[in-house]
Amino acid sequence: MRTPEDRGLRESATYDRFHIAAIRHAAETGVYDIRGWGAKRKVPHFDDLLFLGSSMSRYPLEGYRERCDTDVPLGGHHGATPVHLSTPITIAGMSFGALSGQAKEALGRGASEVGTSTTTGDGGMTEEERGHSDKLVYQLLPSRYGVNPDHLRSADAIEVVLGQGAKPGGGGMLLGQKISERVAGMRTLPAGIDQRSACRHPDWTGPDDLTIKIHELREITDWKTPIYVKIGASRPYYDTKLAVAAGADVIVLDGMQGGTAATQEVFIEHVGIPILAALPQAVQALQELGLHRKVQLMASGGIRNGADVAKALALGADAVSIGTAALIALGDNDPKYAEEYERLGSAAGYYDDFQDGRDPTGISTQDPKLAARLDPVAAGKRLANYLRVLTLEAQTLARACGKAHLLHLEPEDMVALTIEASAMSRIPLAGTSWVPGAKHHQYD
Amino acid sequence: METETTELEATSAEARVFDLAETDVRELNSELHAPSAQSYVVQNPRGAHAVAAGVHDDVEIRIEGDVGYFCAGMNQRAHITIEGSAGPGVAENMMSGSVRVKDDASQSAGATAHGGLLVIEGNASTRCGISLKGADIVVHGNIGAMSAFMAQAGRIVVCGNAADGLGDSIYEARIYVRGTVGDLGADCIEKEMGDEHRAELAELLRESGKAAEADDDDYLGGFRRYGSGRTLYHFTSDQSGSY
Repeated sequence: MRTPEDRGLRESATYDRFHIAAIRHAAETGVYDIRGWGAKRKVPHFDDLLFLGSSMSRYPLEGYRERCDTDVPLGGHHGATPVHLSTPITIAGMSFGALSGQAKEALGRGASEVGTSTTTGDGGMTEEERGHSDKLVYQLLPSRYGVNPDHLRSADAIEVVLGQGAKPGGGGMLLGQKISERVAGMRTLPAGIDQRSACRHPDWTGPDDLTIKIHELREITDWKTPIYVKIGASRPYYDTKLAVAAGADVIVLDGMQGGTAATQEVFIEHVGIPILAALPQAVQALQELGLHRKVQLMASGGIRNGADVAKALALGADAVSIGTAALIALGDNDPKYAEEYERLGSAAGYYDDFQDGRDPTGISTQDPKLAARLDPVAAGKRLANYLRVLTLEAQTLARACGKAHLLHLEPEDMVALTIEASAMSRIPLAGTSWVPGAKHHQYD
Repeated sequence: METETTELEATSAEARVFDLAETDVRELNSELHAPSAQSYVVQNPRGAHAVAAGVHDDVEIRIEGDVGYFCAGMNQRAHITIEGSAGPGVAENMMSGSVRVKDDASQSAGATAHGGLLVIEGNASTRCGISLKGADIVVHGNIGAMSAFMAQAGRIVVCGNAADGLGDSIYEARIYVRGTVGDLGADCIEKEMGDEHRAELAELLRESGKAAEADDDDYLGGFRRYGSGRTLYHFTSDQSGSY
């Protein structure tokens, strides 16, 4: 069958098939599109950076013989007990409610098997994740759903969430089909309603208040628990400085590619900046404060493989966190459910209706029958495998650059492939010493 | 939600005294988190933050003066009296026990509290009971704007007036106001006052220290009840003008 292009028809670059479908959907339904996943548009990313590897002037480490360590302590800057990670790849905050109990358990199992941490989400702490997570970060979000001081004290770290990459400035959302009796009970809400979470914290406003809030959290936990502050990437230079001034032990910086369980499409695609552009700004802020590598920096949003991990660390992050990729590792978008995805109006590899509660894989659902499809033990094993691969890949690249620890990677190990990536990452364009916008060339 | 404990009968003569002019909040809270006494007196708080935050035992604490932010934050089981005014977020996220402010409270009093009783004998500022999750708040004076914003559960009694934006986007919390009410927030409506509501109002007034008023039908008759119209529980494009 001849395609429209074969017949000489021209598709509009402005009004392409996606935008035509979106206009038709809005006209037919009168509602905007709410979906999961993160930004799907193409943005400058870690793919636009390359490692140089070793050469005459750089000495590599033997790939299968010489050590390249991966352990990272997080959060000890103000005297709290640090979270010791065996690998600097953590699991991002995702709520029970957005995810099934089985999925939360699987995340805990996978993370614990490789010695890293997982994170609660909007909706409180469940037995599944505390029981199966050796290291658990407890999020304090504007909604404060299910916040319990006993859970606060049992956490390995507390993450005060100001925003997330998918929606800086936006609150949480969980549609009625996922507000089961258990979820409703944990969130003190009527079952079945469309839940709107606040975007601002209820008891503090601005960075000076945050200082006092963090002080309260430290008092409640007797100064034993590290405090992370999570920000959606928008103005990371200033946000990082303000969060550090407020007393954060760790800055969690989430780029616009970071996932969400349910947000307006227009928000996901049009608010916030890519992690590639955000990370160097946060590093600069920490360096100017003399606190780089002392107050740790966690980067997230679009981390898919060991190269992304290594590049984030080389740009100055101390650790990364993964959400979307972790769900894929558990089984999200599995082609074996292709027919079911088609029936839902989607396709394997495209499914992003995490808000809908009908996820065939049993991950982003509260339907007991669907959730039962996910074996937490097997899924946890898959996640552990994936985390090991990420770590091994990052080590491979680090050894090629002559580094005995992943955190020894540095900007000088990389070049940029595009002018945009060079300007954002502050890494010279390959084959040149040019960084657009930089006052001085690297080799001047 | 935790079980309410009865008030302890320790006398002030047995109380352990912490003078914050001599020691600091860290030392105080460290003791209160592993209490060696049943009753405490805190002197010279002088606006300090996080005084008696994170207490989780059956103790009585009397604070002799004004406190700063987050006094009695996340309280569990303790009975705390502030003989002065309280800064923002007093008794935020309280789980159980009781907190009594003898003077005024600043903004976000009782924010997100899940259980227990917060009594403010003076006035409460803006956002009182914001995101309330099951606790009870009784304010003998007035409350500021945007109080009970997104309040999910629990009860708020206001013996004085309530400012604009009361109960904006409220879920299932119940509000009783005796005085005037400014503009109601989105989806907050006045509701019928049934016998069961009058009974719970009287009980809350009694617990707050207004026993005579609780038995006074004329006084009770001055209250009106407010709650959710439940029109915003499901997204529709028709809501775009509602908030």
